[in-house]
Amino acid sequence: MIRTRGLTKRFGRITAVDGVDLDVRAGDRFGFLGPNGSGKTTLVRMLLGLVHATAGEIEVLGERMPAAAARVLPRVGAMVEGPAAYPHLSGRRNLSLFDAAGPGGGRRGRVDRVEDALARVGLSGVDKRAVSAYSLGMRQRLGLAAALLRGPSLLILDEPTNGLDPKGIREIRDLLIALNEGGTTVFLSSHLLAEVELLCTRVGIVDRGRMVLQDDLDNLRAPTGQVLVRSPDVAAVAALLAGRVVARDGEELTVRHADAAELNAELVRRGLRVSGIAELRRTLEQVVLESTGDSGDRVDRPPDPGAAQRRTRPTRGGDRTDHPREPDPTVAERPTTGDHLPGETPGEPDATTTGRTGDSATHRRGPDPEAEPDSAAGRISGDLHPGDHTGAPDGEVRR
Amino acid sequence: MIAVELRKLASRPRVWLSIGLLCALPALVAVLLSVSNLAPPPGQGGAFLSAVLRNGALFPAAALALVLPVFLPLAVAVFAGDAVAGEAATGTLRYLLVRPVSRSRVLVAKMVALAVFIVLAITMVVVTSLVVGLALFGTGAEAVGQSGAATSLSGVTLGPGELALRLLGAIGYIVVCMLGFGSIALFFSTLSDSAIGAALAALAVLIASSVLQTLQAADSIKPYLPTNYWLSWIDFFRDPILWRNIDSGLVLQACYIALFFGASWANFAAKDITS
Repeated sequence: MIRTRGLTKRFGRITAVDGVDLDVRAGDRFGFLGPNGSGKTTLVRMLLGLVHATAGEIEVLGERMPAAAARVLPRVGAMVEGPAAYPHLSGRRNLSLFDAAGPGGGRRGRVDRVEDALARVGLSGVDKRAVSAYSLGMRQRLGLAAALLRGPSLLILDEPTNGLDPKGIREIRDLLIALNEGGTTVFLSSHLLAEVELLCTRVGIVDRGRMVLQDDLDNLRAPTGQVLVRSPDVAAVAALLAGRVVARDGEELTVRHADAAELNAELVRRGLRVSGIAELRRTLEQVVLESTGDSGDRVDRPPDPGAAQRRTRPTRGGDRTDHPREPDPTVAERPTTGDHLPGETPGEPDATTTGRTGDSATHRRGPDPEAEPDSAAGRISGDLHPGDHTGAPDGEVRR
Repeated sequence: MIAVELRKLASRPRVWLSIGLLCALPALVAVLLSVSNLAPPPGQGGAFLSAVLRNGALFPAAALALVLPVFLPLAVAVFAGDAVAGEAATGTLRYLLVRPVSRSRVLVAKMVALAVFIVLAITMVVVTSLVVGLALFGTGAEAVGQSGAATSLSGVTLGPGELALRLLGAIGYIVVCMLGFGSIALFFSTLSDSAIGAALAALAVLIASSVLQTLQAADSIKPYLPTNYWLSWIDFFRDPILWRNIDSGLVLQACYIALFFGASWANFAAKDITS
């Protein structure tokens, strides 16, 4: 349904999408995941012909995009970066204008198409008030209705449940599953992992413009070959399984074992009590965190090989591109920064969830209570300076 | 798409508000004139204003002279500046394009809507000012065109039919001028995602052009300034009609329309839509 080869998009010197090979098959519910700023939206825009690729090929519904846009797009329903509507018109009026604007928008049947789409997303009772008076959730539903208006065979949705309450999210999920069972391929870009886990059959994970992983959700969540055992006789269990215990936490043991049922039987046979036992599966969250780097909207300071040099610099007036805190000893107190460099290899296999959440606290550096009084004013201007936030390679902004 | 664009135009409160304001200014002037009965002295004040006191049927021409230099271009700049940038800002542009509507079709529809808006605005100004003029000043039994009005009507009496024809000619000429200016605003609208920014840029062009026009040192480029022949519609009320400037004006505006519509198209067709 969607296939890209080496898809690349550069905006000036920034590479937003870098050699992505996407493969969405007919009938998939494809979850397209990635941190903020990882290039999801740019890729979606390229699929729809809104943004022109710098390099690579795009095939949607078997035809080349954007060359065949006039044939492809009428069969695609899309929601890109939130819904949009003319605020001074009612939802119905918006849908009917949208229907009339493009091809195949004959007057006959328009009212039915609009009412049908509104009913599907749960807005059939909506009155004549203008969209500007709609709640965020209502706008989201209206955007979905616009995507469904033409009975598409492919739905490309960017964060479709944004702004909906839990009940609304559930409704939309059920709607998308029902549509998918009726033959519509669903391509959903999101960073709501739980949502994707519940809805999708396949996922692709993108990080800093690169596709780092693309697989069936079932494969990704395959058993890890480890079993979690909880037992009041934890010491005896550990002794019995010596050499296979991976971790121990109170009454809980993580054990390398292929079959939880067999392990259970064995423990019971030896008279050891088991209060809980479960096969360990990776959660989608673990998969994503292992395959992606930092959150895209974090801006850490770049690696500091030049920190020592800058500390000895005689003057730091005039050009405030340097961080004004540089002589501050806190620079040296950031040993964990190394784990979070923007240049960190994605897909680093050993990084664990706990490791990341554990030390992320060190990066919540808000206003520092121990600020040096003499540099307080400089700090403000320094923090506002874009050079400190771009994460640009050393030597460009800094020197 | 064109039909959709026209429906959007008709349903937009802002459109009617701006047209209403355009009509209000001449009406206000008419009321003040009729109450005070003080025409501007010959050679001063707005064109035709002296003649109007004797013949209300000339008031539409006076009204056009009032709104043309600033208010009509202002309305046009706001409307045309909003054309693409406004859709980009509300986010509806991307949905139109994936509907799909081809980019050239979007642009043509915007241009048509712009033309309709201009015709609508000028027609409304003319109609309301005709009604106001006739109501306040009467049809004027004696001959129009006393010499000494700001723009001489060459002293020749014009019958009502003749006058209507000339008024139509003037309207057509102004529409073309505004379309030329509007296509500049449309071009800025494809450059920016901010409707206000595009409108202001177009107004900056208007002001720059007006300033240069008064500058003697700029004489050599004067014939190419967009506003240069705008006031030549007055030549329709001379006898015989002075076609020379009108013709040059039409050619110049046609060039501006072609140039800036072409530039809009070239920019918009290749643009990454990231709004």
